[in-house]
Amino acid sequence: MSKSIPIRLTLISFFFVLAMVLFLPSTPISKDLPSFWRNNVPKINLGLDLQGGMHLVLQVDTEKAVANHTQRLASSISSLLIEKKAAITSVKASGVSDISIAYTGTDTKDIEKLMDSNYQIFKKTRGAGSEIIYTLIDGEIERIKEWSVSQALETIRNRIDKFGVAEPHIQRQGINEIIVQLPGLKDTERAIALIGKTAVLEFKLVDETGDVKKAAEENITPEGDELLYQRGTDKETGIVKQTPYLLKKQTLITGDSLTDARVAIDSQFNEPYVSITFDSEGARQFEKITAESVGKRLAIILDGNVYSAPNIQERIGGGRAMITGRFTHEEASDLAIVLRAGALPAPVNIIQNVTVGPSLGQDSIEAGVKACIIGGILVLLFMMFYYKFAGVIADFAVVLNISMLLGAMAWFNATLTLPGIAGIILTIGMGVDSNVLIFERIKEELRLGKTPRSAVDAGYDRAWWTVIDSHVTTLITAAVLFQFGSGPIKGFAVSLSLGILINLFTALVGTKVIFDMMHQRRRVERVSI
Amino acid sequence: MDIWGETRIDFVGKRNYAFLLSGMLAILGLIAAVLIPMGRANLGVDFAGGVSIQLKFEKPVAIDEARKLMESGGFKDSELQEFKADSKLLIRLKKPEGDVRKISEGIINVFTNGFPDNKFIIDSTEEVGPTIGKRLQKDALWAVSISLLGILTYVAWRFEFVFGVAAVIATFHDVLAVLGIFYVSGKEINLLIITALLTLAGYSLTDTVVVFDRIRENLRKRTKETLAQLINRSINEVLRRTIVTSTTVLLVLAALLAAGGEVIHDFSLALFIGVIVGTYSSIFVASPVVLLWKKK
Repeated sequence: MSKSIPIRLTLISFFFVLAMVLFLPSTPISKDLPSFWRNNVPKINLGLDLQGGMHLVLQVDTEKAVANHTQRLASSISSLLIEKKAAITSVKASGVSDISIAYTGTDTKDIEKLMDSNYQIFKKTRGAGSEIIYTLIDGEIERIKEWSVSQALETIRNRIDKFGVAEPHIQRQGINEIIVQLPGLKDTERAIALIGKTAVLEFKLVDETGDVKKAAEENITPEGDELLYQRGTDKETGIVKQTPYLLKKQTLITGDSLTDARVAIDSQFNEPYVSITFDSEGARQFEKITAESVGKRLAIILDGNVYSAPNIQERIGGGRAMITGRFTHEEASDLAIVLRAGALPAPVNIIQNVTVGPSLGQDSIEAGVKACIIGGILVLLFMMFYYKFAGVIADFAVVLNISMLLGAMAWFNATLTLPGIAGIILTIGMGVDSNVLIFERIKEELRLGKTPRSAVDAGYDRAWWTVIDSHVTTLITAAVLFQFGSGPIKGFAVSLSLGILINLFTALVGTKVIFDMMHQRRRVERVSI
Repeated sequence: MDIWGETRIDFVGKRNYAFLLSGMLAILGLIAAVLIPMGRANLGVDFAGGVSIQLKFEKPVAIDEARKLMESGGFKDSELQEFKADSKLLIRLKKPEGDVRKISEGIINVFTNGFPDNKFIIDSTEEVGPTIGKRLQKDALWAVSISLLGILTYVAWRFEFVFGVAAVIATFHDVLAVLGIFYVSGKEINLLIITALLTLAGYSLTDTVVVFDRIRENLRKRTKETLAQLINRSINEVLRRTIVTSTTVLLVLAALLAAGGEVIHDFSLALFIGVIVGTYSSIFVASPVVLLWKKK
């Protein structure tokens, strides 16, 4: 047994040094460390509750994604059937996943044949009067929903990358939710606006002949038209003004054909605007549209709001256009970001938003660290008072435990949260328990009249399984917490379970070696316990 | 150091008093466990859905004025709480109708306009939609059930089935007791409190397992004692450890309570009460259950 003392001592010192090497770069003294050390070691992350920031849970409206998709399919089915000269009057999307095909003749065989060979994702569900209803098959609906969430995730990640937040955390949760964590973020309103924008960009012609006033007041729009508004805030008075526009329903070109969007400054008015560039197909279309509509106004619409409706002066080649609208520089650059990152396949709703201000975060760190120090000192003193020299050994184990815990947290790049600090403090309290179990056993053995040396050995042997059992049960709850918890609670589970695992080592190996060393050096008459 | 000598307290002899007390605590907890999902409790915003905003003002705010301001702004059912020391105000509005984002913007506007010469910063905001709250409630229930099942399996495997059942009864008792106490005292039930309950389940079990370990060890020695005497002796033998450990854990939790800050105050309080209840239950609930079962 005693032969292994050097091995155990080496192991303990190795772990302690490793822990320090890992932990120190996460502390405020990090800046005084050599840069190769500072830069090559993983760091403990601070949770949002400790550094401030925003935690969002977004829900992707997958129903809407399916509806949008069905809408698009309806128009391509329409053009296919017309092209093949099928006897139809209209193809419309209805409900979420239905399209209804209205036909003129009596025979629907042609239509059915075309649908079967080209659109196997649809099945005929019913036919009534002069309409056939096709419905998307379930597998296809699932696929669209799945795609819309992963696409939304990708788009949001793109937008946040371009927005520039350090260490954002974006991940999918469950079926249709996305978690976005932005640590240290200050301008939360702006971030929400940026993330939440669906960013569907459309170009539509203004109906110059229609009566806008009548449409806006009496809610009657001419056939094939729609009424949309331009919202503008007067910068001096702060009053929101809504200007109605009567637009042709048909979308001429969408944001899908964009390759780039960037902020530029209008040299004449010194106002920022967004300059967009179309891909080659988009450029060709845009040139055609502008050539056919010189003298008319072309409305630029984002998420159903009219941004501007400039007059087309001449055919515009080269695939460039500009979006103006009395933007501030921030507004313009956010608009450019969402246009560059692309549109969300469906709207997202914010179902949870937790924002912690940086000052509260700072307060929390200070309170947590203070509580940690007070709690630690109380325990160390209590153990010394109650167990004398053995208490000092237990204190050594506690110090070893905490430093190794912090090192392990850095190693795993774990996130330290306020409940996590509570977990560390609790680990101190529970870590002491293994030593108490062992010490009380040793005392019992001493009372039975054993020599100090055999009492210590017997104490460790007999307490062994009790220590294991008591640790495993706590570990079970910690594992459950880790599995189900989110954010701060997960942080608590991480520090608690790491602390417990490390404690097994420090309590069973760390303290024993000191007793063994004492007994090896000289014959110990009594144990100070 | 030994503060007291060997003890010979007749713990199991007092089991009827203990069962009475534990029964009351457990029933209280059960009532709470039924009423909480029905929404008849002070549920946190994370469970109930709603808005919670904490503002830090430059100068202290009279809470009556703030309340009047909220009412005139159309936020009638809001709860206000002040932290006088640093002129903070916590505003909560649960289960509101409509978009939670708009509501929190509205509340912030009310204070910007209502106290024009007392500037504030937003310390934290929490906006939770109604559906997610329901789901979090369900998740929490699952977590508690899974962890109790895990514990039952482990203890039943390491000991005997009886011990596993007794441990789970004691653990259930502790979780219910703290839940009941929190419910009666009107404390907010939120995710952090559920975390505290799960943690205390782990702690209380540790305590129970230590006692059981000793009972098992003594059972193997086949002494001539009755089971009741053996259980009593076992509890007495580990009593010192039980008290020392609970004292250290309580010391740390006291530090958390006193200096940990407002965010984890109730969390620490739940753990503090839980450690006391957990220590009590390993002696007065878990062991007597083993006795009752084995006697049959």
